[in-house]
Amino acid sequence: MQTHFWIIQSLNSLALGGLLFLLASGFSLIFGLMRIANLTHGAFFMLGAYFGATALRSFSWINLWAAAIGSGALVALIGGLLERFVLRKLGNNPQGQVLVTLGLSFIISDACLVTWGGDPIPVPTPRMLQPPTILFGYAFPTYRLVLIGCAVVVAIALYLLLERTRLGAMIRAGVDDAQMTRAVGIRISRLFTVVFCLGAGVAGAGGVLGGPILSAYPGLDGDMLPLALIVVILGGVGSLGGAFLGSFLISFTYTFGSALLPDLAYVILFLPMIIVIAFRPQGLFGRQSA
Amino acid sequence: MNKIGLPIAVGCFALVPFFAGDFYINLGSQMMIAAIFALSLNLLAGYGGLTTLGHAAFLGLSAYFVAWLTTRLGLSHATAALLSIVGTTICAALFGLIALRASGLGFLMITLALSQVLWGLAYRWVSVTNGDNGMTGVTRPMPFGFSIESASAFYWFALTVTTIAFAMIAIFVTSAFGASLKGTRDQSRRMAALGYNVWLIRWITFIYAGFWAGVAGILYVYYNKYIHPSSLSITSSAEGLLGVIAGGSGTLVGPVVGSILVTFLKNYVSSYIDRWNMLLGFVFMFIVIMMPNGIVPGVRRLARHFKGTHR
Repeated sequence: MQTHFWIIQSLNSLALGGLLFLLASGFSLIFGLMRIANLTHGAFFMLGAYFGATALRSFSWINLWAAAIGSGALVALIGGLLERFVLRKLGNNPQGQVLVTLGLSFIISDACLVTWGGDPIPVPTPRMLQPPTILFGYAFPTYRLVLIGCAVVVAIALYLLLERTRLGAMIRAGVDDAQMTRAVGIRISRLFTVVFCLGAGVAGAGGVLGGPILSAYPGLDGDMLPLALIVVILGGVGSLGGAFLGSFLISFTYTFGSALLPDLAYVILFLPMIIVIAFRPQGLFGRQSA
Repeated sequence: MNKIGLPIAVGCFALVPFFAGDFYINLGSQMMIAAIFALSLNLLAGYGGLTTLGHAAFLGLSAYFVAWLTTRLGLSHATAALLSIVGTTICAALFGLIALRASGLGFLMITLALSQVLWGLAYRWVSVTNGDNGMTGVTRPMPFGFSIESASAFYWFALTVTTIAFAMIAIFVTSAFGASLKGTRDQSRRMAALGYNVWLIRWITFIYAGFWAGVAGILYVYYNKYIHPSSLSITSSAEGLLGVIAGGSGTLVGPVVGSILVTFLKNYVSSYIDRWNMLLGFVFMFIVIMMPNGIVPGVRRLARHFKGTHR
């Protein structure tokens, strides 16, 4: 029984960590490249979850994966509009940009409350994945295993995009030195839009993929955003590896904290953050301080 | 505001209960609580250049302290208020130690994360905070034997505290220390090169701001006789910050004007529709995009303009 508890909780941690990575990687990339702390990110996640839940409810022919991709694209579009028409106007006023994203997150979460009401909307687990998987004599919820796989696939895809493609090379150059990048003739404003769309889209898709575990409910944005912030502070801004490691550190802390000390889980959650900030203010993998 | 302006303004505010109804007197009390909170937030966001999104943590924390100490432990009001303010200030010192490892956006993110932790604690630590139900049964104290149960009595009590807070914060920012604080905001490297301890200046300001947010929190819980986790939420911090920015950050009167506006808007609109969060979001975006310097600097610029043309 005791071993079972540890194994199941570890699996839950891994699944939550995967979700956190989907949320935090986009936040971290946007911050690293554009110096914008996008506080709408939690709202993007929630918006994605609601879009997905609605699509799955309304059209029987849509499966979870199509819903995730569709909502991701829709949220990416919203993110692109926000970047192009609002954030760019505030060019070199980082404080103004943060406050605008905060204002927008209030608007989105209230609009979601108006549109979808106060009750949680469940996102059904795909039927194929409902029966538990038996591994080493233990029963595991199959969907969580698949979710971990999804996060790893996205992580690898993002890694390849950043490290192996021309676009990725431009993004990395922009993160390191935006002025120099512009000087060698790369259109950094277009890069900004692409990265913002990408980050928003991954968060939106993450909301749908997280749906079967979390469902879509009002306040989901407020629950997820601090976790993403802690992950990014912990891992270091602009670092994909940092976001990956940070996500799993936080998810393990959170899951085991909730299971062992339910009252104080939230306090335990920020212990790793304090320790890292105390010794490495720029985060585990960060090269520049936030 | 100069030495003559403050007594005149306070005098005018003190007369309000003689010709206003209870609704407006209570609204006035809420405005003053919001004003103290915004004044303390302005120390960081305006004078220190350290925008925080977690300041409501201190307001909520001191309110929870008072509620818990008086209703659960049965302590007297004076002891509870004292312990609450000491506890909140210590917490601000600790949070400052962590958050001031960074500045700029990093500072903002860390303060936000820290305040969310306290918010989560208020929600989940049900055995102490009563969770989502909030803590009820808080009574108002009897300062120097006077009852502050009635709307106007509480208003005068709040006005007294607000005046003291305003004066203390004014002294703080106009002092030599305040000048060095503004120096760290505008030219932190140069200040460091001149031998100022930038970190220490910011930390002291953080603690001082936490202290006054704690004072606002005590008034808040006396006024409402109730405390709910939402008081520590990011929405609550954002309302304070909106007051500061709308009025004019880095000015003394700005946060007062701004929080009067925000409180008025919140109460006025809430009586028609319950979409306060959405409106807050829109007002936030509007202010930041359209008048990033706030109302008070705008008016001041106009006044200077008129003076200039008359000469």
